Amino acid sequence: MAEKILMKGNEAIGEAAIHAGCQCFFGYPITPQTEVAAYMARKMPKIGRVFLQAESEVAAINMVYGAAGSGVRVLTSSSSPGISLKAEGISYIAGAELPCVIINIVRGGPGLGGIQPAQSDYLQATKGCGHGDYKMVVFAPASVQEMVDLVQEGFDVADMYRTPVMVMGDGMLGQMMEPVEFKERQGRQLPSKDWATTGLRGKREKHNVINSLFLKPEELEEHNRKLQAKYREIENNEVKYEMYNCEGEVDIVIAAYGITSRICKNAVKMLEKEGIKVGLIRPITLWPFPSKAFEEMCGKTKHGFISVELSEGQMIEDVALAVNGRAPIHFYGRSGGMVPTPAEIANKIKAIVGGAK
Amino acid sequence: MAHQEIIFAGFGGQGILSMGKFLAYAGLDEGLNVSWFPSYGPEMRGGTSNCSVIIDEDPIGSPLVVDASTVVVMNRPSLDKFESHVVPGGLLIIDSDLVNREPERTDIDIIKIPAQTAAEEVGSKKIANMVLLGALVERTKIVPMEALLHALKAHGKEQFYELNKKALEKGAEYARK
Repeated sequence: MAEKILMKGNEAIGEAAIHAGCQCFFGYPITPQTEVAAYMARKMPKIGRVFLQAESEVAAINMVYGAAGSGVRVLTSSSSPGISLKAEGISYIAGAELPCVIINIVRGGPGLGGIQPAQSDYLQATKGCGHGDYKMVVFAPASVQEMVDLVQEGFDVADMYRTPVMVMGDGMLGQMMEPVEFKERQGRQLPSKDWATTGLRGKREKHNVINSLFLKPEELEEHNRKLQAKYREIENNEVKYEMYNCEGEVDIVIAAYGITSRICKNAVKMLEKEGIKVGLIRPITLWPFPSKAFEEMCGKTKHGFISVELSEGQMIEDVALAVNGRAPIHFYGRSGGMVPTPAEIANKIKAIVGGAK
Repeated sequence: MAHQEIIFAGFGGQGILSMGKFLAYAGLDEGLNVSWFPSYGPEMRGGTSNCSVIIDEDPIGSPLVVDASTVVVMNRPSLDKFESHVVPGGLLIIDSDLVNREPERTDIDIIKIPAQTAAEEVGSKKIANMVLLGALVERTKIVPMEALLHALKAHGKEQFYELNKKALEKGAEYARK
């Protein structure tokens, strides 16, 4: 067993990428994720890999496009406003079917917003980000260890489906230190990258071309349908979630992801002492969303669901789609970098379920 | 059951964040769950600095400490900000060389240590943080002192180890008084 060490979330992301065989990092500094770039700047040149601080986020994501096109594992990271800048490039990457991992350590928005933790980029990450008919796999770790595991898994999923994968944390996960372990992991059986632009050199009959431009509508539609088929496959195979305290009948079910799910677990324990039974569904993939977990709980919850977020209400839209009118849906959120206490969440739930049962 | 939620607070440069780190490492070595979360942002440059450390037998929820079992303060603004965060019956440790007011709480355990003076007696004012950390570990017993010393040896600078060790012992003496 590997030794457990204390690491900041941001640094653990860097180390996890290195373990996953990431050959290139392109980024641009922004709080609260700068330690990712700083860590890569320290480590990558020493092991003969590429670290490059680009002149902007736009440049960085286009460097990712280039490196991914050549078939190497590549990482970029940023925080909310920087991800907006990268959105165009992410759309190109999805369109050209290139694998890469993108980190978003979310801060409060909109605009420049603030630098404290938030989850207000949920809709951006899961409903598009850039233009066009595409989806991006979005992982939402809840601990530094899970950040390590999901960054490594992210590279595998990206290569498996030739698609961009986002690992989305928040300022708190990025800045906090927790014990982590870099375990030997069983990687997936991955398809070979015979599409990569690695030079002809007699290896192939025809040039490989990486492109997202399809000027003929018939061809673009066909391309889109191919992408959609891939997204259905991801929806069937890659959903990840945790169900906590969901056995039997419950008073209410919390939906929460990332750091918020941990605060909610504290609230669940507080409420348990008062005789209120609360379940928790923690989506680990935000897209594909674990709708089945919600369907399963529809008939087992007396007061429906409550989405708890560090936003003014974004994931609640997916909760509502999954529940589809079968149970009431409530909301509690803080935003702008404010983080709720377990007691605050417990009080909101007590107000809904009407005191001890 | 081992469970402590601690806030360390003072000025940037006093070693607030490293006090928390060493304690977290000691907790990790003892096989406990630990988390360390710093204040981050513009307030860190020359301003106030604080960090939350949680040591627990159970998995840790929010890493941000709101209801602290122990608060350690190394300046007046930190006492003003965090005195109310100590849970009833909890512990407040004050560097009385730097905090020029008496705490108001009467429902908590309070240790006042002239940490600057004590650290200077040991060898350097810079290790006042270690004096306070020594008092914390001695009073709360959250980790054995040996575990903390081990963490210092493994993760601190070698040349300061002996000095830090003396500072921790000095702080422990204050906590035994």
